[in-house]
Amino acid sequence: MSETPATETSATGTPAPGTSATGTSVPGRRFDGRADAPPLLEVAGVTKTFGHGRRRLTALDGVDLRLRGGETLGLVGESGCGKSTLARVLLGLERPDAGTVRFDGTDPFTLRGKALLAWRRRVQMVFQDPFASLNARMSAADLIGEPWRTHRDVVPTAQARERRVRELLSLVGLRESDAHRYPDEFSGGQRQRIGIARALALDPDLIVCDEPVSALDLSVQAQVLNVLSELRERLGVSYVFISHDLSVVRYVADRVTVMYLGKVVEHGRTEDVFDRPLHPYTAALMSAAPVLDASRAAEDAEIRLRGEIPSPYDIPSGCRFRTRCWQAEDRCADLAPPAVSRADAGDPGRPGQPHAALCHFPLAGEQS
Amino acid sequence: MKPSPFDPDRPALDVEGLCVDLRTPSGTVRAVDGVSFGVHRGRTLALLGESGCGKSMTALSVVGLLDPVAEVTGGAVRVGGTDTLRLSRAERRKLAGPVLSIVFQDALTALNPVQPVGRQLGEPFRIHRGFSRRRAEEEAVRLMTRVGIPEPRLRARAYPHQFSGGMRQRLLIAMAVALDPDVLIADEPTTALDVTVQAQIMRLLRDLQTERDMAVVLITHDLAVVAQRADDVVVMYAGTVVENGTVREVFSHPRHPYTKGLLDSVPEDAVRGRPLPAVPGSPPDLSAVPSGCVFQDRCPLVRERCVRERPPLRSVGASRSAACHFSEELHRV
Ligand SMILES: Nc1ncnc2c1ncn2[C@@H]1O[C@H](COP(=O)(O)OP(=O)(O)OP(=O)(O)O)[C@@H](O)[C@H]1O
Ligand SMILES: Nc1ncnc2c1ncn2[C@@H]1O[C@H](COP(=O)(O)OP(=O)(O)OP(=O)(O)O)[C@@H](O)[C@H]1O
Ligand code: SF4
Ligand code: SF4
Ligand SMILES: [Mg+2]
Ligand SMILES: [Mg+2]
Repeated sequence: MSETPATETSATGTPAPGTSATGTSVPGRRFDGRADAPPLLEVAGVTKTFGHGRRRLTALDGVDLRLRGGETLGLVGESGCGKSTLARVLLGLERPDAGTVRFDGTDPFTLRGKALLAWRRRVQMVFQDPFASLNARMSAADLIGEPWRTHRDVVPTAQARERRVRELLSLVGLRESDAHRYPDEFSGGQRQRIGIARALALDPDLIVCDEPVSALDLSVQAQVLNVLSELRERLGVSYVFISHDLSVVRYVADRVTVMYLGKVVEHGRTEDVFDRPLHPYTAALMSAAPVLDASRAAEDAEIRLRGEIPSPYDIPSGCRFRTRCWQAEDRCADLAPPAVSRADAGDPGRPGQPHAALCHFPLAGEQS
Repeated sequence: MKPSPFDPDRPALDVEGLCVDLRTPSGTVRAVDGVSFGVHRGRTLALLGESGCGKSMTALSVVGLLDPVAEVTGGAVRVGGTDTLRLSRAERRKLAGPVLSIVFQDALTALNPVQPVGRQLGEPFRIHRGFSRRRAEEEAVRLMTRVGIPEPRLRARAYPHQFSGGMRQRLLIAMAVALDPDVLIADEPTTALDVTVQAQIMRLLRDLQTERDMAVVLITHDLAVVAQRADDVVVMYAGTVVENGTVREVFSHPRHPYTKGLLDSVPEDAVRGRPLPAVPGSPPDLSAVPSGCVFQDRCPLVRERCVRERPPLRSVGASRSAACHFSEELHRV
């Protein structure tokens, strides 16, 4: 279990207000940017397989992560590496085969009844597809207020609900008059804002965003990213942010976790992971992402991976990246790679802010 | 087999004033409104624009594969000097493959699920060149080798679902270049793929283009892909061309407020915690495109003239144009 480096989020300079934007204080919310505070979310050794009998697929293999209140963790990796499965585990929608999830010190999978209901409100999700995820026959107000039907005590009176819907609409940059419109009367970006307002209706501490802007039009994407970061500033919400767009992750995340075939292969501060990756896969991923530079310099610097992504039914022995790694040696096939940190790469890094990876031969410094 | 001798000064593909109308339950709407562009052999032109702006309609009109609800109502599509819109169906079909070819976004639906891929890849050779089945399959294996499919002879007998997304996209590209077309249109060829696979496919396209001296039209909504892979760019908005020119010029000094807004809102060099300069609003519905400038509802520079008068696409520098009354006022800071 301990072979996977834990993802530790660090303190940020963001002041974390103890009140929501509406001025009401939110009891029980943690705004602990301090490095010694217990994390809001702690995932240890989470493993999840799918399938029957011997045809089993390993979607998550001993995943560890840690996230502090008010912070954003970016989750990146190739299609099928387990990002959405991990998101579903965090939301309690999928029970892991092994490992633990602790949210504010409690394992949600041990909760029942009222306690489970109370926990559910604290973790919410924003989905990729704003078209499919909203019921077309409900108005914006109904959609935003729907979670209160299950969680009746959050906003008890009809009058208060109406007021709160208006507040939430303006919080995500929609108009109060939009309350009575239906999803097909909204643009993609506006629908995604309804999805966000709905996630906020229960005052969550953590919002898991699974590709929240990928289905949006180019010129609309920035609007939604701005809403998300403003909410973090104003309400101190934490995010787990999944995206295949690395420039988006770089912009929103404090820390980044890189997954390959169900395993966390690298994590660290966003700047460290992007600018000085330790793991060859991270380096290849970063170098393959197209950048807005018409000079073509980036293309020359691109690391070209060989081979195809292995099947998750048949994960390579030793290091799972070895079939595509240009640095692979015999040892990589025989032994599971150890967790290494910047110091192992001959670089002291930042004390107290671990940047670690699983590799026998970690990269030393700047991206080639 | 090619319609006319190769003329280096004439674009391999020349689209002029293309208009496409769409019949919808609530009436006819114009999906493509006067789109023009030209591509020379050896060059890559990107058609850049947001979802629904008419990129695929433009491409489908060029290759003659439009849906029955859509109809070309004006313009010309010249390939080697011949206006293909004036050809009969049968004559046009002869151009598909040896002259004009297209790669679609969705490789799984573009391939026949119940036929081995080797058979499918050999098909163009049987139809256009009258090859025997055996000889056509030999050609298929050669193509599979060229696009980097391991063990091609064995894999030729496999079915599409037995390949990964990236491999399927390579098979489609192989099929599209089988007969050495002059013009290759790639409609979002990598949108569904991961960045590392995307880079691989883009490299393959580039290599094939150099090797065969093709003109390539690359359809995409990804600004970074345009920056890295295209020579020229046509920016589309609501069925119209709002700006064109070389990628270098357009991306460093956009002359249309929409292009500038797009470039500014990319989070690439944005500072975390600082808001991105977003373009307010969203693209218009095709049934409600404003009569003046198509971008007026979202434009920071809008004034009265923009509402009254649709700006024509006009020259704003050596070999570049923009459709904005006030494009001279734009300075990228
Ligand atoms: N319910 C399920 N049953 C069987 N296999 C599943 C199930 N859910 C996910 N998988 C498999 O688990 C692996 C991880 O899938 P997951 O959706 O988490 O990937 P992802 O990283 O989110 O990919 P993408 O970037 O494409 O969304 C994949 O191989 C997928 O096919
Ligand atoms: N078969 C059809 N029936 C009705 N409307 C259609 C049809 N095909 C396309 N349209 C409409 O025509 C317009 C142009 O569509 P087109 O497919 O060319 O867009 P695009 O630029 O390729 O977008 P995307 O990036 O989403 O592929 C869109 O508004 C679309 O809704
Ligand atoms: S352990 Fe070996 S194969 Fe794996 S990433 Fe490191 S060098 Fe490459
Ligand atoms: S013509 Fe007017 S509205 Fe249109 S882009 Fe130019 S300034 Fe903006
Ligand atoms: Mg997913
Ligand atoms: Mg399209």
